[in-house]
Formats: sequence, C-alpha cells, structure tokens
Amino acid sequence: MQQLLNGLFLGSIYALFAIGFTLVFGILDRLNLAHPAVFAAAAFVGIELVAVGGLSIWVALPLVAVFGAFLGLVIERVAFRPLRGRPDAHFAGLIGSIGLGGMFIALLLWRYGPDTRRFPVEAFPSTAFDLGPARVTLLQVAILVISVLLMAGLTWLVARSRLGRAMRAVAENPRAATVLGLNVDRVTATTFALSSALGAVAGALFALNVNSAQLGMGTAIELKGLAVIIVGGMGSLPGALVGGLILGLAEVFAVQYVGSSWRDLVAFGLLFLLLVVRPQGLFGSRRVREV
Amino acid sequence: MNTTVKTLALAGSLALILSACGESGDDNASGGGELAGSGSGDSCVIEAPVPVGAALSLTGAAASYGESQRKGLELAAEQLAEQEGVTYELTVEDDATDPRQGITVFEQFAEDQSVIIGPTLSNGAFQAQPIAQEAGVPVVAISNTASGITEQGDYIFRVSLTEAQVIPQTVEISKEEFGLEKVVVMYSNDDAFTESGYDVFASALEEQGVEVLDTLTFSKADTDFRALLTEARAAEPDAIVVSGLIEAAIPLVTQARELGIEVPIIGGNGFNNPQLMSETGDAAEGVVVGAAWNSASEGELNTAFLADFEEKFGHQPDQFAAQAYAGMTVIDHAVRAGCSGEREAIKENLGAVSDVETVLGTLSINADRDAEHPAVVQVVEGGSFTPLN
Repeated sequence: MQQLLNGLFLGSIYALFAIGFTLVFGILDRLNLAHPAVFAAAAFVGIELVAVGGLSIWVALPLVAVFGAFLGLVIERVAFRPLRGRPDAHFAGLIGSIGLGGMFIALLLWRYGPDTRRFPVEAFPSTAFDLGPARVTLLQVAILVISVLLMAGLTWLVARSRLGRAMRAVAENPRAATVLGLNVDRVTATTFALSSALGAVAGALFALNVNSAQLGMGTAIELKGLAVIIVGGMGSLPGALVGGLILGLAEVFAVQYVGSSWRDLVAFGLLFLLLVVRPQGLFGSRRVREV
Repeated sequence: MNTTVKTLALAGSLALILSACGESGDDNASGGGELAGSGSGDSCVIEAPVPVGAALSLTGAAASYGESQRKGLELAAEQLAEQEGVTYELTVEDDATDPRQGITVFEQFAEDQSVIIGPTLSNGAFQAQPIAQEAGVPVVAISNTASGITEQGDYIFRVSLTEAQVIPQTVEISKEEFGLEKVVVMYSNDDAFTESGYDVFASALEEQGVEVLDTLTFSKADTDFRALLTEARAAEPDAIVVSGLIEAAIPLVTQARELGIEVPIIGGNGFNNPQLMSETGDAAEGVVVGAAWNSASEGELNTAFLADFEEKFGHQPDQFAAQAYAGMTVIDHAVRAGCSGEREAIKENLGAVSDVETVLGTLSINADRDAEHPAVVQVVEGGSFTPLN
C-alpha cells in the first residue's frame, strides 16, 4: 500500500516532466533537450524565491511557472527558430537545445555554485496522515493534485480551446496552417512557453518532494522522461501521464519484489518489453504517410 | 583557475626581519631565499617562504568539500605567518574533481613545491599521488579515507582518519548505547568511497554480533528513497545504517522521518556535516555519526579555530576545514622540527610526528604514515552534534 502510493507520487512528477517534453514533440515534431535544464533552473529559482524572497510556496509556484515560460520563449527563439530553415532542422534543433541547456546549467553554476540546495524546512507544513498501514504527507497530496490539475488543464486546452485548435492545425501541417491565416510563429512560441512552464513546475515540486535540488537533477530525470514519452506514444498527452505512472510504479515494485540493486534494470526492462509488444507506444497511433 | 595566496602578512614579515637581524652572525640566515633555516622548533627561522601546493576539488562533484578545505588551509597559512620565523606560500589549484586534471596539477607542483596537500577525493589520490612519490615530494592527504592511500609510497602521509578507523568505534558505541540487535543497511553501490564504507560497516556489524535484516542499495545520484525506506521500515530494525554522501544523506533522513521511521540512523563519514541539521531540521534528531573531528570539543585550539573561522568566513567550519587546518599544523610542525623547508627534511620529520596538538586532538603519524588520533561518535540532539561516548 505504502509502495503503491510512493510509486504514484513519484510517477506523477515523471508524468508532469514528460508531458512538457511530449507537448513540443507532438505539436512541433521537435525534441527539446533543454527541458531538463529548465527543470533544474526552476528548482533553484523556486528555492531562492522562498528562501531569500520570503514568499509563500503558493506564490512562488506560479512565479516559477512564469519563469519557465520565459525560458521556453528563449529556447524557441535561440535554439530552434534560427535553425528552422535548415534541411536538417530536426537534428539542428536537437543539438541547439543541448547547447542551450548546457548554457543554462553553466549560468546556474555561476549564480548558485555547486552546492545542493533545498527549500527551507518551514516552507511547507510537515503534516502527515496515516491511511491504514501507509503514511502520506500533505506535500505529496498537494503534488499529486497540482500535477493532475495541470495535466487535465493542458488536455482541455489542447482539445477544446482556440489555442489548442491552432496548435493541432500546426501539428497537422504548418504550411497549411499558415495558408489558413494562423500565426505559426506565435503558436510555436506559445507551445514552448507552456511546455517549459510545466517542466518548471515539475522541477520545483520535485525539489520540494525530495528535499534536494542539484545541478544534475535534470540529467537524472531526462532519460526517464524520454522513456516515458516513448512508451506513452510520442506526442500523446494521456500517454505521457500513464507512462509516467507506470515507470514510477515499476521502479517502486522492482525495489519491493526484486531487490534495490535491480531497480533500473527491471523498470527499464519492463518499458522495453512494452515497446516490443506495442512499438507505437501505449497511446500512439502509427503514422501513415501517403505518397 | 589559480588562486595564489601570498601569506606574507605584514606582521609576519616584520617579525622575520627582526629575528633575522637578531641572528645576523649566522651564516645560514643570510643565504637569501634559502629553504634551510637555523634554530629548531619555535626558534626556527627560515628566510624564504616554504612553498605548499594544494590540489583541491574547487569545482565539480566534490566542490563543496574542496571549498571548505581551501578555507581551512588559508586560515592556517595566514595564522602561521603571524608566528615568528617560518612563513608559507600557499598555492591552491583546482583538480575539478577529475583525476586526470589532478595528475596535471601534481606534475606542476612536483616542479616547485616543497610539500603537496591533496587531492580531495580518494579516487583522485590514487592516480595523482604516485607522481609526487616519483618526484620525491612529500604529500599530506587531508581528506582521503580509503584504505591503501599511504601504501603508494614512503612520501605519502595522511592526517585524515580512515573509515576503517572510525566506523568500528561508531558501531561498537552505538550498540552499547542503543542496545542494537538487528539493523537494515543501506549504501550507494556506485561510488568507491561509500562502497568501502559499507564493507567496513558490514564487518564491524558482524564482529559486534548485530544481525543485518536487509541490505539495500541506491545510486549516488538518487534523491527519492521512499521505496527503499518503506522496505526498511517493514523489516522493523533497531536502527538503519547508511553509507552515503551528504547529498544523499539529507533527502534520505528527511524522507525516513516523514515515513514515520523513528529509530536511530547511523551514518558513515559522509553524514558528518553541519548541513545535515541546517537542511533537515528536526528530522536529523537521532542521527549517529562517527567522526575524526569533534566540533564540540572544548580544547583551547579547537575553540580558537571555531571563532577565527567564523570571523573570517562568516560560517562554521566542517570537518574538511578542520582536517585541512590540522594538515597545515602538522606540516608546520615537521618543517620546524628540522628547521628546513626542503623536501627530504620535511619527509623525514613528517614520519616522526608524534603527540602534536591539533584541532583534531593529539595527533601522531604511525609507521604506516597514517594519522592516529581519537575519533568521536556523535548523535544529533537539539539540532547539534553531541558526543555519544
């Protein structure tokens, strides 16, 4: 029971991180590898807002999201837009975003130094509830609720709103979208901003959850995020959600039933098996290209 | 990145000139830049500053340790310069927590330094120290705790206690205090330092007849330990024994208390860091750590060190700073004993260091060139380390 909850909370953060990843990929067909750097940067900035700025965590989180959105715009402007016209734009953007991510981390190192940082102890009340044999903290519940709300909001946005329709039109065919009078640049930039805002909130929540923020925290979760979106089906929002939860649960149950030394082997092995059985991912649809 | 610290404080130079004048009849003192001096012990006068090179990890994974060490060394060099007779020119270079860069720094130091301090991590020490051995430069290791460091050659000395010296005492005293019968052991298995710490814990637990219910491993990059701790909790141990670095210790301790684990958590050397209390709050209560340095020691040297460090850097020193500071004390003792800043003389006298008063307690160098001084087992109580024994 406790392990089930552990996996659920861990998975919801993986999902929130992965959903930002998959949003850019699904709509723009670009892999943004500066996403992990946004994740780390947001954690450090969130900590500074709370620890130095003295803000409540509830004020800091929206600010972190805004900061993330801003980074998203920078990423789009610097790493992707200038390379858009190249014939190998996918690959160039990928490399460009790796470079930009490295620069973000270097700036963090300069600003905050190499030390591990944390939210102040009193940033969040340490209330805990006993659910039968399991123990849940208020913080974990809050993280789960925030993650679910954000993901639900995003799904609604993409499926129902005017912006969402524009995004889907761009995803379908950018050139046709331009012909239809859509401002593709603006839609692209908005997508990046949304994606990074989600990644940023995920970073701050993660640091809060484990009481630790390191410069390398983004790199540690990057591989998991990629695995999650591949298993969920590239570009699928519900896929990222379910994939995140599956990975979280797989890690936790690997520890319980197999042994702690085998955690990554079992968790990633399971994901691999899933892919062999369903190559397009859980929620992915095979792309049909007609010539 | 080169931070050369000239420690020729004005007071120091004045004292040097005055005492040099006083002994103007002596041939040795008028050599001009001579490393061999005259007199001995407190009355020793060496004209040229003795060059000391320190290869520390100022950037990279171990940067927080290297930074502490740099501060400890700088404070020591500054204070030694205020004493009459001998001054030190301390050069600190960054090995970037990369053994290859450590080698480069050592090669550079082998050309012009009388004695080398460092590197910060044992991993780097195994690769860089043979260079000093080859060149005949004495090395003083101030933080390496792995076994085999001083076996690399007769020029390699160490002032830091090994895990093998500290951990058995930790286990023995904890067993007495808490009546331990069964424990769960956790360690990160992808780091040489924490793995060797685990080995020592395992054999010490066996020796004391404490049953190990379960052994759980994690990665040094992990920050979420809830799944492991849930397993540990289910085994109902009398204590949890952890070999991990401070980066893992803080989230691990927080999450353990969050899950309602109230038993003592016994840590290795990595836990011996004041950050543990400042970053985890009440969760750190009941954490037990064996250490080479008793920060609460009432000794005169130690209280002065705490006050001076706080004044210069604005925060409390940790064990890395204390060991660095003690390293300079030991070097100064060896230099003054032979009244010479030359390599061979320093090597000779480092080997003869016996019952020297340092911030770590009374320190001697044994026949294996390892330091021997009392260890302390501390428990976190009311937000600070309190000696358990």
